[in-house]
Amino acid sequence: MNWTLALPEIVLAVSGLLILLGGVIPKKETFFPVSMAVIGALVLTAALVLGQGEGSAFLGQYVSDGFSRFAKVLILLGAALGLVLALDFNEKAGLARFEYAVLVLFATVGMMVMVSANDLMSLYLGLELLSLSLYVVAAFDRDNPRSAEAGLKYFVLGALASGLLLYGSSLVYGFAGTTNFDRLADALSGGQAGAGVVVGLVFVLAGLAFKVSAVPFHMWTPDVYEGAPTPVTAFFATAPKVAAIALLMHVLIVPFGEMSAQWGQVIWVTSAGSMILGAFAAIGQRNIKRLMAYSSIGHVGYALMGLAVVNDTGYRGVLVYMAIYVVMNLGTFAVLVAMRRQGRALEGIDDLAGLGRTDPAMALWMAVFMFSMAGIPPLAGFFGKLYVFLAAVQAGYWTLAIIGILTSVVASYYYLRIVKVMYFDAPAGAFDARPASLTVVMAGTGLLTLLFFLFPAALIGAAQVAVASLAG
Amino acid sequence: MNAAGFPILSLITFLPLAGAFIILMVRGEDAVVARNARWTALWTSLITLALSLILWARFDFGTAEFQFVERAEWLPEYRVAYHMGVDGISVLFVLLSTLLTPLCILASWESVQTRVREYMVAFLVLESMMVGMFCALDFVVFYIFFEAVLIPMFLIIGVWGGARRVYAAFKFFLYTLAGSLLMLLALLAMWYHAGTTDIPTLMGTDFPRGMQFWLFLAFLVSFAVKVPMWPVHTWLPDAHVEAPTAGSVILAGVLLKMGAYGFLRFSLPMLPQASAEFAPLIFSLSVVAIVYTSLVALAQEDMKKLIAYSSVAHMGIVTLGIFTFTQQGISGALFTMLSHGVVSGALFLCVGVLYDRVHSRDIARYGGVAKIMPAYALIFMLFTMASVALPGTAGFPGELLVIVGAFKVNPWVALGAATGMILGACYMLYLYRRVIFGKVTRGDLRTLLDLSPREYAVFAPLILLTLWMGVYPSSFLNFFEASVANLVARHEAALGAARLAGM
Repeated sequence: MNWTLALPEIVLAVSGLLILLGGVIPKKETFFPVSMAVIGALVLTAALVLGQGEGSAFLGQYVSDGFSRFAKVLILLGAALGLVLALDFNEKAGLARFEYAVLVLFATVGMMVMVSANDLMSLYLGLELLSLSLYVVAAFDRDNPRSAEAGLKYFVLGALASGLLLYGSSLVYGFAGTTNFDRLADALSGGQAGAGVVVGLVFVLAGLAFKVSAVPFHMWTPDVYEGAPTPVTAFFATAPKVAAIALLMHVLIVPFGEMSAQWGQVIWVTSAGSMILGAFAAIGQRNIKRLMAYSSIGHVGYALMGLAVVNDTGYRGVLVYMAIYVVMNLGTFAVLVAMRRQGRALEGIDDLAGLGRTDPAMALWMAVFMFSMAGIPPLAGFFGKLYVFLAAVQAGYWTLAIIGILTSVVASYYYLRIVKVMYFDAPAGAFDARPASLTVVMAGTGLLTLLFFLFPAALIGAAQVAVASLAG
Repeated sequence: MNAAGFPILSLITFLPLAGAFIILMVRGEDAVVARNARWTALWTSLITLALSLILWARFDFGTAEFQFVERAEWLPEYRVAYHMGVDGISVLFVLLSTLLTPLCILASWESVQTRVREYMVAFLVLESMMVGMFCALDFVVFYIFFEAVLIPMFLIIGVWGGARRVYAAFKFFLYTLAGSLLMLLALLAMWYHAGTTDIPTLMGTDFPRGMQFWLFLAFLVSFAVKVPMWPVHTWLPDAHVEAPTAGSVILAGVLLKMGAYGFLRFSLPMLPQASAEFAPLIFSLSVVAIVYTSLVALAQEDMKKLIAYSSVAHMGIVTLGIFTFTQQGISGALFTMLSHGVVSGALFLCVGVLYDRVHSRDIARYGGVAKIMPAYALIFMLFTMASVALPGTAGFPGELLVIVGAFKVNPWVALGAATGMILGACYMLYLYRRVIFGKVTRGDLRTLLDLSPREYAVFAPLILLTLWMGVYPSSFLNFFEASVANLVARHEAALGAARLAGM
């Protein structure tokens, strides 16, 4: 029983309990120290993850390999920076309650369990730990009807998705006789998968598509993104997305790898649908958080393109894409969190008007993120797209590649519109001075996005290692 | 290492970026920042120009090989490398870019008063991307520079442009992006087929005929938008009219050459059979462009729009020359590209001179300028004549060579190109007559001042080049003779091999 393998999760969960105690005992509000402690715990866990060995534990329920390490580092990065974005915002919005940081921590534990899950049971366990935390943080601004609505919507639809996933798992278990990924792979090898397993797989896929907000299970995304407090949206858009995509990859490639002909088609349709919807639905948006919601749907579509082509180049493309996506999104949301005039948080695209004059540094970073999301070289977003398109072309998925190309032209329109509002329009007034924490996140992620072209080999090499462990 | 003894191409490419970085670091009051930004930008671009003159001096005419080659590993497992080098086809475009940038900065010295720092940064970044694009010998590196040009140009049009700048900037960006993304797919397909993106290697790769067809189509869309060829030229008049003067100069002078350069660098050498098969289509589109846009130019009321349409017509001559696959045709196309870069850039500067004083581009707003600004009228006349391709000016040798080349292939095509020259004379002389001659009908024009020393400094190198290229063209033709001969020979060899295989 090699339980030390799961040391990162255990350490994080235990520190979560200790931090919870430490947050409850003092009489005064402890948001800031608790957040700092949580960030410290996340960093410590990241260090442990980097040193984590390979193998499986808990009777095959838990697996640690290059793939899970890659995803976990990304998740921890997203969670930690997402919490940094909340530090100042929550103080100003009256949301400075220490539970926020603790919930983020437990959501992170859930995500780490998800990517390490090697059994449908542990998968569900991790997913629910994540979801329950997310339901609460979505409604964290509980006196605000929009936030409460977001939380409730997310909860109702999320419960439905969990139901689908469980139903699918039960079908798979019923027809294949096991829930363990490795034994499922054995049972399904030789192409004797019955119709029951296929139906079960489709249900599992539907449940997970909800989590990655891929078409046609994307409906909750714009409303939740808009209603939730901005730092919560930032968190939603980064770490849980990575976790869900990683989980999706793991589930499809390891146990159901033999059925790639079946799920490949499903992912193909989902990917094309997400790219198209993400491109067209965002055009008419006025609220920048809604726009980012559609933009994230589109990005998930591009990432899934790498999965739809069912080969190692594609999988590697997905990982590279998600890593770049997390960095770009964190930076963009740092700008969104900083949108505050006379103490009031703003969410309209028009509120960015003239930012190029009133705050050139922030406008510059935002422009970098927007051009990068549009996929213009030499920024990082271009390389993300390059690798998934490369995989699609290699595998001969021309239709999907051309849909991707055309939708990225359409999508570039609304990213450009933000640049236009910032640089071409007359100033709408300066924003309040932003705290140093946001500047650090902006500049850090901005430099990564801007200078990625200098050192692409590092990330691609890491993704290569991750994929090798997954497929091998 | 290379003929210069140090990585000169990288230095020329990235020096402007360093200048841009310095400008971004400048702190202080607006006026101080603006002054420092202007001078830093000017000096950076002048030093870049001086460095690029080393290429002029050390370039070896005798070989078609790439020179001043640099190579560094970038993505070894994908066989993508940072590979730079120039041959006879690209070297003069590097020089054209480094020459026009300081002139543009000088030309915007007074006309740009708002957000000077950002303007200068955008221009230096633009220069860096243009030079990098012409030097790149790896397809991925090329693509990165090719696309990255869009960002500064989008901002230049959108921030410092005219009334409809937002529309023009978006149209420019989305048209070009749609085209180049299709090229990206073609790039990926070639990458997969050949296993590398090294341009010299790809030139030696034999692509199957069916694949060539699709690759050529994808390239055609991308480069046709950039050139621009009829019927995807409509972004150009909008972009030109709305862009600030210096933006128009760079757009006409260098950015339009990127498409034609793409044909010469990729379509012709890599896809010889498809190029030969598509040549009739290109000829038709080019002749339509020449005749149609010349007629459209004749009807324009806006000076910049007129010159923009004339650019489309001139670029029609260029594409026509390229697809004749003859030594004369391709040399003529290259020469026309260079002369058009100088002459149309200068014409936009001429319009800019009037626009700075009167703030109108309407032809009807002017008249009798010759009496008020005689020196200006003389300079404008020189460039008008060069645009008309009067012998002795830069426009003539190139167009003549293209027509000779076209005549070898198909006399009717040559006739189409020649019609363009006649129509060109019509609209340019008509423009010149309406603006420069006639009575001074508007009193406020009488107070206009003739050219300032700064403006003389801007025009002087262009005048010199226009006459030099017209009187002694071989000092430029020498540069690309060997490369073009090699290109034509390889094209014929590839077609011959294909014919044999087909028998």
